[in-house]
Amino acid sequence: MRAHAQLIFWAVLVAALALLPPVVGVLHEPFYVELVRRVMIFAIAAASLNLILGYGGLVSFGHAAYLGIGGYAVGILSFYGMNSGWLQWPVAIGASALVALAIGAVSIRASGMYFIMITLAFTQMLYYLGISIEEFGGDDGMRIKTRSQFSGLIDLADPVASYYLVLVLMFGTIYLVHRIARSRFGMVLRAAKSNEARSRAIGFSPYSYRLCAFTIAGALCGLAGALLANHTAYITPDFMHWTRSGEIMFMVILGGVASSAGPLLGALVLLVFETLLAGWTEHWQVILGPLLVLSVIFFRTGLAGIIPGAGDE
Amino acid sequence: MNDMLLEVRGLSKSFGALRACDGIDFDVREGETHAVIGPNGAGKTTFISQLSGDLRPDQGSIRFAGQDVTPLRAPARAKKGFARSFQITSIYREFTALDNVALAIQAHAGHSFRFWKPARSEPALRDPARQYLDGVGLGERANALAANLSHGEQRQLEVAMALATKPRLLLLDEPVAGMGTEESQRMVTLLDSLKGRQTMILVEHDMDAVFSLADRISVLVYGRIIATGAPLDIRANTEVRQAYLGEDS
Amino acid sequence: MPPLTLVFEQLLNGVQFGVMLFLMAAGLTLVFGIMNFVNLAHGSFYMIGAYLTLAAVQWSGNYIAGVVLGLAGTLLVGMLVEVVALRTLYARDHLDHVLATFGLILFFNELVAIIWGRTLLDFPRPEWLRGHVEIFAGSRYPFYRAVVILVGLAVGAGLWYVVTRTRLGMLIRAGASNRTMIAALGVNVRLLYTVVFGFGCALAGLAGLMAGPIYAVLPGMGEMILIQVFVVIVIGGLGSIRGAFVGALLVGIVDTLGRAFLRPLLATMISPTAADSAGPALASMLIYLLMALVLAVRPEGLFPSRGR
Repeated sequence: MRAHAQLIFWAVLVAALALLPPVVGVLHEPFYVELVRRVMIFAIAAASLNLILGYGGLVSFGHAAYLGIGGYAVGILSFYGMNSGWLQWPVAIGASALVALAIGAVSIRASGMYFIMITLAFTQMLYYLGISIEEFGGDDGMRIKTRSQFSGLIDLADPVASYYLVLVLMFGTIYLVHRIARSRFGMVLRAAKSNEARSRAIGFSPYSYRLCAFTIAGALCGLAGALLANHTAYITPDFMHWTRSGEIMFMVILGGVASSAGPLLGALVLLVFETLLAGWTEHWQVILGPLLVLSVIFFRTGLAGIIPGAGDE
Repeated sequence: MNDMLLEVRGLSKSFGALRACDGIDFDVREGETHAVIGPNGAGKTTFISQLSGDLRPDQGSIRFAGQDVTPLRAPARAKKGFARSFQITSIYREFTALDNVALAIQAHAGHSFRFWKPARSEPALRDPARQYLDGVGLGERANALAANLSHGEQRQLEVAMALATKPRLLLLDEPVAGMGTEESQRMVTLLDSLKGRQTMILVEHDMDAVFSLADRISVLVYGRIIATGAPLDIRANTEVRQAYLGEDS
Repeated sequence: MPPLTLVFEQLLNGVQFGVMLFLMAAGLTLVFGIMNFVNLAHGSFYMIGAYLTLAAVQWSGNYIAGVVLGLAGTLLVGMLVEVVALRTLYARDHLDHVLATFGLILFFNELVAIIWGRTLLDFPRPEWLRGHVEIFAGSRYPFYRAVVILVGLAVGAGLWYVVTRTRLGMLIRAGASNRTMIAALGVNVRLLYTVVFGFGCALAGLAGLMAGPIYAVLPGMGEMILIQVFVVIVIGGLGSIRGAFVGALLVGIVDTLGRAFLRPLLATMISPTAADSAGPALASMLIYLLMALVLAVRPEGLFPSRGR
């Protein structure tokens, strides 16, 4: 019964997202393709954060760092005339993984409140670094003249083509995180979140597993960064702004921690809601802020917990 | 000559001015059940936490199977063959009973950097886990969430997890604490069935349990071991009676 | 080599920045130490302190009256926020604290933008706080900044006295470890928490109102300093007033000296153009690198508080 509901949920989700471009094409509303593509890119970022936050219990308040690193990898290589996506994207993923490894190595030894502050501080360091390097536009950022080239296989300047690429990559990421969370590795990660003392007593050292998860999450978010840079054709330090980290975190919580569908649902609701509010008033954050506070106080189940078939297990 | 599995020499630990452990010498023979008793605040939990590697001693050494394990932390000692239960039950509450034991088996089945195959469908982890659950009498409750088990069942689960790591030495920190008579009797029967096959250190307040299970007893008072001997000798020891048993029984 | 008087002046600037970081860090660490609550919106009260004081000074025409009103206002806003939104969250985990106070930041930043606009405001220092003082022969230092240093040190000393020597301080230190015990002493724990939270906010407000004439007054000003305050707390050790003090001075001085002298220093070693681009980048990263270094050596910070 449960599995049946899950199957329907995911089938509806995939079909709705896949059919969106032709439908809005008929309605002449290309804006929605743009919006949902953005939603799906952030769903990748949120899914990667969910691996460490939801399953691993690591409250990283610096996940936007990898969005920035992935984005700048594309931007900087393009700045020097290297437009091949075959080069740019692996560099984006690899560089993000390396930085995550370094930040994780220092911060994972700390716990709780410390971990939150340290991840936030390191991300802010990267933000200031982005601002202070004038070659790449400093504060203003820089335009990406040519989007990533994939030997003519796909044209990322075509909004619909890039939409479908993002769609495939997003479901791929969600599935990957889903598999990892249920593997031996994922079980160790979740067990350490549940009871660290017990894990140590039966012989697991949580540190190395957490660091590995942190690095994987950074790498996946680096991919989201590369996609986002291609989406906006522009890269600024704002990719790494700490409010961005907070937003990604909220997507995970709003969607439902440690659920496969949660990050997508959270990204969808938060970004669509932000877009609606912003269309209504310039001061939308004055409304969003209190709503976030209320959702923390009263709505901790997350969307995945209330939509039939969206939950796990 | 060396049938000693565990040899502790001069173990000391202070918290500020309080000397919780003060030069403890302690041995466990292969196969024996060695109980540690003592009044509240005698340093029993501090002692066992140093044995398991959760606390670092200030001084002294711990040798295990002829090897110095003093510098090793808890996970490394677990790999060497230590297993423990905690004074306050420590299990994975959000997981099923079967998951709990399967995790304990996984911890001793090579590294866990395996990212793809679902762990819950691996017979190599699940089948033995079921056997250990059966072994402690929890076979029926395999798919219950650990948080939903009764207190006594959770204690049994903790023992099953410890056994699933195939330990050479089992550290039990007050295994019958907080249990009703019936539950506590079931636990004593369980531990009794392990006796002889499994080397155990038993820290316990319940004197009935201690005297029915232990081969040897050490009495810990104010961070020092004041006597070690067979249950009958300990009963007869006047110093022990004054320090401890006299007040209690 | 820069002249010694310039180094001295920058050193004092570092102390002045450090003192303000300390006021922020003290409030944050106090609230964390006692309620085990993570207040990400602490920077908002820094901002609120600056804006309320500026408005009160303009309204009353008197600087001192403005400061008193601004501090009282920040205290009240802090207590109100605690009662309305945050009190229910003490029993939750740190993740919920962070998320809820993140929402508060968005709210306050936007609210300030609605009332006062998004542009930078000018916060004039009063006539009697202008001018310079001569610290020693040939070294003149802005009087206002010197006053900031003195006020910060005085508040620090007062805080130390309250926490270590008074009944209130005893309650505060006991509250962290034993909530039920102080409740049994007949103290209203809820009220104590509200007061402590408001007091921490007022400290942040004090830092903000003193920062007004030196740095920019604009929405979001609180978060720029807040993240540096986090660095202070990580370096100093969470929950320790002493650690906050040492960490704040360290971060203040390192950051200020780095920004002032790193570029000329690099220029003597590498080409001036390279130094021009590497200098500011490195200077902005300096305190974070310092944090990483401290963490590598002492993961609990320089002055870890007991039992946490």
